[in-house]
Amino acid sequence: MKGLRIIVLAKQVPDTRNVGKDAMKADGTVNRAVLPAIFNPEDLNALELALRVKDEIPGTTVTILTMGPGRAAEIIREGLYRGADGGILLTDRAFAGSDTLATSYALCQAIKEMGKFDLIVAGRQAIDGDTAQVGPQVAEKLGINQITYVEAILQVEKSGLKVRRRLDNGVETVKAPLPLLLTVNSSAPDCRSRNAKLLMKYKHARTVTERQNAAEDYLYLYDSRPFLNIHEMTVNEIQAIPDQLGLTGSPTKVKRIENVILQAKDAKRLTAADEGINDLMKELIESHVIG
Amino acid sequence: MDNLFVYCEVEDGVVADVSLELLTKGRSLANELKCQLEAVIIGANLKDIEKQVIPYGADMVHIIDDPRLAPYTTAPHAAVLIKLFHEEKPQIALMGATPIGRDLGPRVSSALHSGLTADCTSLEIGDHEDKKAGKTYKNLLYQIRPAFGGNIIAWIINPDCRPQMATVREGVMRKQIININYPSKVNHLEVSKYVSDTDFAVQIIERHLEKRKINIKGASIVVSGGYGVGSKENFKLLYELADVLGAEVGASRAAVDAGYAEHERQIGQTGITVRPKLYIACGISGQVQHRAGMEESAQIISINTDPDAPINSLADYVITGDISEIVPKMIKYYKQNTK
Repeated sequence: MKGLRIIVLAKQVPDTRNVGKDAMKADGTVNRAVLPAIFNPEDLNALELALRVKDEIPGTTVTILTMGPGRAAEIIREGLYRGADGGILLTDRAFAGSDTLATSYALCQAIKEMGKFDLIVAGRQAIDGDTAQVGPQVAEKLGINQITYVEAILQVEKSGLKVRRRLDNGVETVKAPLPLLLTVNSSAPDCRSRNAKLLMKYKHARTVTERQNAAEDYLYLYDSRPFLNIHEMTVNEIQAIPDQLGLTGSPTKVKRIENVILQAKDAKRLTAADEGINDLMKELIESHVIG
Repeated sequence: MDNLFVYCEVEDGVVADVSLELLTKGRSLANELKCQLEAVIIGANLKDIEKQVIPYGADMVHIIDDPRLAPYTTAPHAAVLIKLFHEEKPQIALMGATPIGRDLGPRVSSALHSGLTADCTSLEIGDHEDKKAGKTYKNLLYQIRPAFGGNIIAWIINPDCRPQMATVREGVMRKQIININYPSKVNHLEVSKYVSDTDFAVQIIERHLEKRKINIKGASIVVSGGYGVGSKENFKLLYELADVLGAEVGASRAAVDAGYAEHERQIGQTGITVRPKLYIACGISGQVQHRAGMEESAQIISINTDPDAPINSLADYVITGDISEIVPKMIKYYKQNTK
């Protein structure tokens, strides 16, 4: 069968998994600048599923689409090192302040510019927002079917895909025709690591903006090696209604943020000494909390 | 028009707990807003299903019953809600933050161009002033949730778009029957008016569901381990203590992500919410998202080598030391002093 055209939706996120004490400022807010920026973990699982389809079906192409500020080009390079064929950075000030709906609208309009596709794969959710909303919203806007919580693609045929879903309390085997959007869980296989050859090939891959900001040394490469161009899409390249973008296009708004400052309770403090523990257990037993 | 809708999930003829919890919360919000509470149930073999939701105070129960509507698939359920919401124009729509709710909610909210907030830990009614636009909004739904992996609580609102949609995890709200004979109306929707053949392109070939083996939600004592426990091996100590106390074992997200405990045991904003009479936190630092899942425990003991762990400010007893030293002592004392 013919190769599939696959788009992988990915996001560069601050690594919120281990927000240690260094990341917390004195007033209780998070110091985002200190957190390293990474390829959203479940988007890596999504990329792996796409690459496995590419392994199996020759002629399949995998393109990464990410919406973010200029530095999000880093995750496109990361995807190229792992086996993706190309990437597009959707970037524009007009997208600032987007909630999930405005984000999915922008992504949908970008996808419409990318030509015909067969499959879109995205991670189930990003570790900063944790909403799991963008995937299904993009599918709805494109008018295609979605399957969420996917852990494996079992079969690929002209008539469609067969996938396995991992839910809270069990598994489902589901089939659906193409075109289709899948969101992928962390229970799916981990993404393969960087390929040395691909790293060498793509290490100078840059967006136009990055080249403008960089040293002159490698500029000669971009004419002879078109694959080093990471395509940038701005508001001008997509057909978008301006008031559906950014903050204006976001139905949800943050009214208020409160830094949680913990009021210490009057806690009884103990050490590991026998006496303290025994007294504690005695108290709990006597008051019938335990026993 | 302008009512509060709750989408109710059904599995094996039983309405899910999270839906009953949301009906209870919906009832109290509807009272405050002086509007009606309406339930929507979509599935198959739904005879008498309204009897399960009426006691929670639903003024209207919309039911749509067809063999093709169960088990859940996206398109038909979304089609029903989208069309029904276009007709009924609710001001608020709630659903559980379950695999179904998280699949369905965004699909519906995208179609209606309405805002959706996931995993709310609290819902309130309040006003909002948009000084820039010179507008005042009254009686908005405040969708409250911890945010951004840090010690932040966010109040999120949808001032202009309707319905205001929110998903809430199981156990966050409490369910409560208000009147077994609540005067409800039932509305049976005609399938053909809401779904079409193209909605059934996605097909479920096989399903294997396991009944939950672990019931942490209902446990009266919970022994919980965090990243500080250090390994899956070390978690055995917690299981021992739990065994002796007749407790269940829980874990923080960090411990689950590190592979020390199963996902089913995760307590917190993106896991289970518990309200036991005693919560023993072992090696848990106590980030906001974890606290959201256990802060209503009647009594809390925190065992941690860090005297300044955030969870300590929630605890009734703070034991500064190593779990490997302290827990065996607790077990020993307990065994020696109870039958």
